[in-house]
Amino acid sequence: MSNTKFKNPVVKWIDHRLPVFSFMDHELNHYPTPKNLNYFWNFGSLAGFALVTMIVTGIVLSMNYTAHVDYAFDSVERIMRDVNHGWLIRYIHMNGASFFFIVVYIHIFRGLYYGSYKAPRELLWILGVLILLLMMATAFMGYVLPWGQMSFWGATVITNLFSALPLVGESIVTWLWGGFSVDNSTLNRFFSLHFVLPFVIVGVVILHLVALHRFGSNNPIGIDIKGTQDTVPFSPYYTIKDLFGLSVFLSFFAAAVFFFPNFMGHPDNYIEANPMVTPAHIVPEWYFLPFYAILRAIPDKLGGVLFMFGAIAVLFVLPWLDRSSVRSSQFRPVYKIFFWILLLDCILLGYLGAMPAEGIYVILSRVATAYYFFHFLILFPLLPYIEKTKPLPISISEPILGGGSTASAFAMREKK
Amino acid sequence: MPKNSKSKKNNDGKRDFLIISTYAMAGIGAASVAWPLIDQMNPAADTLALASTEVDLSSLEEGQSITVTWRGKPVFVRHRTPEEIKLAKEVSLDEMRHPETDEERVSNEKFIVLVGVCTHLGCVPLGQKSGDVKGQYGGWFCPCHGSHYDHSGRIRKGPAPTNLEVPSYKFLSDNIIKIG
Amino acid sequence: MTNASSNFFYNNILNFFLIFLIILLSKVSFAAGEKISYPQLNWSFSGIFGTFDRASQQRGLQVYKEVCSGCHGMRLLAYRNLKAIGYNEDEIKAFASENSVNTINDDGEVVERSARPSDKFVSPYPNDKAARAANGGAYPPDLSLIVKARPDGANYLHALLTGYIDAPTDQKIPDGMYYNKYYAGNLIGMPQPLYEDGVEYADGTKATPEQMAKDVTAFLAWASEPEMEDRKRLGVSVMLFLLLLTALSYFAMKQIWAPIKEQ
Repeated sequence: MSNTKFKNPVVKWIDHRLPVFSFMDHELNHYPTPKNLNYFWNFGSLAGFALVTMIVTGIVLSMNYTAHVDYAFDSVERIMRDVNHGWLIRYIHMNGASFFFIVVYIHIFRGLYYGSYKAPRELLWILGVLILLLMMATAFMGYVLPWGQMSFWGATVITNLFSALPLVGESIVTWLWGGFSVDNSTLNRFFSLHFVLPFVIVGVVILHLVALHRFGSNNPIGIDIKGTQDTVPFSPYYTIKDLFGLSVFLSFFAAAVFFFPNFMGHPDNYIEANPMVTPAHIVPEWYFLPFYAILRAIPDKLGGVLFMFGAIAVLFVLPWLDRSSVRSSQFRPVYKIFFWILLLDCILLGYLGAMPAEGIYVILSRVATAYYFFHFLILFPLLPYIEKTKPLPISISEPILGGGSTASAFAMREKK
Repeated sequence: MPKNSKSKKNNDGKRDFLIISTYAMAGIGAASVAWPLIDQMNPAADTLALASTEVDLSSLEEGQSITVTWRGKPVFVRHRTPEEIKLAKEVSLDEMRHPETDEERVSNEKFIVLVGVCTHLGCVPLGQKSGDVKGQYGGWFCPCHGSHYDHSGRIRKGPAPTNLEVPSYKFLSDNIIKIG
Repeated sequence: MTNASSNFFYNNILNFFLIFLIILLSKVSFAAGEKISYPQLNWSFSGIFGTFDRASQQRGLQVYKEVCSGCHGMRLLAYRNLKAIGYNEDEIKAFASENSVNTINDDGEVVERSARPSDKFVSPYPNDKAARAANGGAYPPDLSLIVKARPDGANYLHALLTGYIDAPTDQKIPDGMYYNKYYAGNLIGMPQPLYEDGVEYADGTKATPEQMAKDVTAFLAWASEPEMEDRKRLGVSVMLFLLLLTALSYFAMKQIWAPIKEQ
C-alpha cells in the first residue's frame, strides 16, 4: 500500500507503522459497491448502529444497576428516577432491543428475497444467523435483569425448555439456574452473560463484514458485478445514503423512546418478581413470539423444543436447501409469491404466539408451523425443478435481457 | 469518481454547503447524545439529596465530641471548653504552617465543626473519644503519619500540609446546624 | 437507471412493512390485556404534548395520604420528589416529618426519628407478610408504579375506584370481599375507598368520588412516570432535529447521487 496518498504528516507517520488509514481508505473510498442497491440495503448498517447503541447504553446502565434479587428492581427504578438522564438511557436500551430486532428481521427477509445467502455468500449468511442466535440469547437474558414479573416468569419458562431433553434435562436446568429455581445465582450469571455476549456479537459482526467485503454486496438484480461501470465507491454514495436511512430510522426510534416508551413492553414487568404468583397472561417479548408459537404448536414437550430450535437451524443450512442459482426474486415469479406467503406466515406465527393456546389458535399455529417447515425443507429444494425463471440482464448498468426468454435457472447456471 | 458537468459548476458551492451542513448536523446530533452518557456518572438525585445533613447539638455537653456522616465522610463536631477556646485563640499565627485565626474557622466559638479527614493522605484522625490520643496540641492526632492538630483543627506538627477542612455549615437555630 | 420506478415500488413496500409491523405490534400488545372495557377519560397528561395538572396532583396527594396510605405504600417515591408537583422545601420537610423511620443509634438500639425529605415514603406495613396479615390475606399493592403496571393504567385505576356498585342479587359476596364492576372477576379485597366528601380539599374543590378518583389517578400517574414532562419536552426537540436532519440528508443524498442517476 502506498503511503503517498495521505498529506497530513501525522497520518502518514502512523499509517506507515499501523496502516489503519489505508485500511479505512480502502474499505470506504475504494470499496466498490453495486450502484443499484435499494433502501433495503440500509438495514445492515442500521443493525450495526443498533448494536453500538445497545452496547454504549448497556455499559452506562451497568454502572448503575445492581444484580441482586433484593435490589435489581429498585436499582432499575433508581435509574428511572434519580440517575441523571437515567430514564432516557434506559428507554433507549429497552426500545433499542425491539428496534434492533425489527432492523435485523427486515435485513434477514431482504436476504431471503434477493437470495443473498447463495454462493459465494454462504458463510456470510451463516455468520448472520449466528448473530441472530446470539442476539436472542442476549435479549432473553437482558429481559431478566429488571427483575419484574415477566422477567422472572420468562426466565423460568425458557430455562425449563431444557428440561425437555431426555436424561440430562433436569440436571441442565439446575445447572443453568445454579439452584432449584430462578434465583439470585441465576440473575447474577445472566447479568454477566448479558454483559459479555454483545462483545461476542461484535466479533461475529467483524467476521460478517470480512466475509461481506470478500465478494461485496449482493444487489436487487442478484447478478454479479461485471466491472467498474456497475459500481460506485462506498463513500460518499452509500455513506450519505446510510446517513439518510439512519435519520429516518432514528425518527421512528425517537418517537418510540420519547412518546411510547412502554408500548412494546408489558405492564407486568413493572411489578417486582414474585416467585409465588404467576401473572395471568405470560407472553415473551414480541420478537420471540413466532418461535413461541412454534413451541406451543407441537403437542409434545421435547418435540416443541426441537421444532423451535429447528426453525433457526433450517436457516443455517438454507444455502444448500435452495437449489436455484438465480438469486433475486425479481426473476423468480413463483418463489416471489411464496416469499410473501412466508413473510405473512411469520407474522401470523407472531400473532398466534401472543394469543392464548386454545381453540382455533392452536390449529392455526400448527398450520403456520407446518408451512414454515414446508417452505424451507420442501419448497426451497424442489421449486427450481418446476419454476421457469425470467431472463437475467447482462449487467447492472446495462439492463438488457440476456439469454432466451425461457431460460431456466439451470440454464443460467451453465451459462456462468 | 464521476464529475459534475460544466454547466453545473455554479451549483458546486451550493452543493458543498448542503453536504457539509448535513454532516455537521449529524455531528452535532452525535455530540449532544454524548452528554447524557457522561452526565449519568455525576451524583444522582438521591445522592444529592443527602448532600446536606442537619445535626442537633442540644445534647452535646461541654467537652464532648460527636462524629456525624456527611457525604460519606466523618464530620467532627466538638463542644469546646472555655480553656480550649482560649488556647485556640491565644496561639500566635507565626508558628503555623497554614495560618488561620480561630475566628475564621468557627461561627459560634463554642462549637468547632471539621471534616474528619487528615489533609495528608486521608486517614481519620483520633481525638473524638475521651480516651483517644489527642497529640501534642490537644486537638486531634492522625495515627497514620503523625500529624498533630490543635483545638481549632489547625495543623501544628507532622506531614499534613493544611488545616482540617471546615465544611460549609450554618446554624438554623441555637442548637441545630445544617452541614452542606 | 431503470430503478426509478422500482425504487418507488420498494419505498412503498418499506412503508407498508413498517406500518404493518406497528399495527401488528399494537394488536399484539393489547390482545393479551383485559377484556373489561373502562371509560376512556381525557387525561391532561395523555398525548404528545400532555402535562400534569399540578392542582389535581396536589389534591391527589391529599387523597393518597388521607385515604390510600393506610394500606398502600409508595416505597419508590421520596418526599423530596414532591417538589416536582409544586411544593417548596419547607412544605416537604413538614410533610415528611409527620412520618417516622427506624434508625440505629450509637448504642445499637433501634430508635425512631422523624422522616426527612431525602427519605422514601414510609410504607404502612413493615413488610409484605405484615401487609397480607392485616388485610385478610389480600396484599395491598405498592402504588409507586401502579399506573405503569396495569394495561391502560390511568383509565383502569379511575374505573376501579369508581366501580363499586351493588352486587347483582344472585351474586354471593364472601366475607371480606366487595363487588366492583371493573375488577377482573368482580370480587375485590379492597373495600370502597372513596365516598362523598371523604376528604376536604384545601382549594375548595368539591370532593366527589369521581373528582377524588381523577385526582389520585393524576397523582399516581406522575408517581409512575415522574420523568414524563421532561421526556415529552425533550422528545419534541429531538423529533424536530431529526426531521431537519432527514430532510437535509435526503437532499444531500440526491445531490451526491445526481451524476450517477444521470448516466
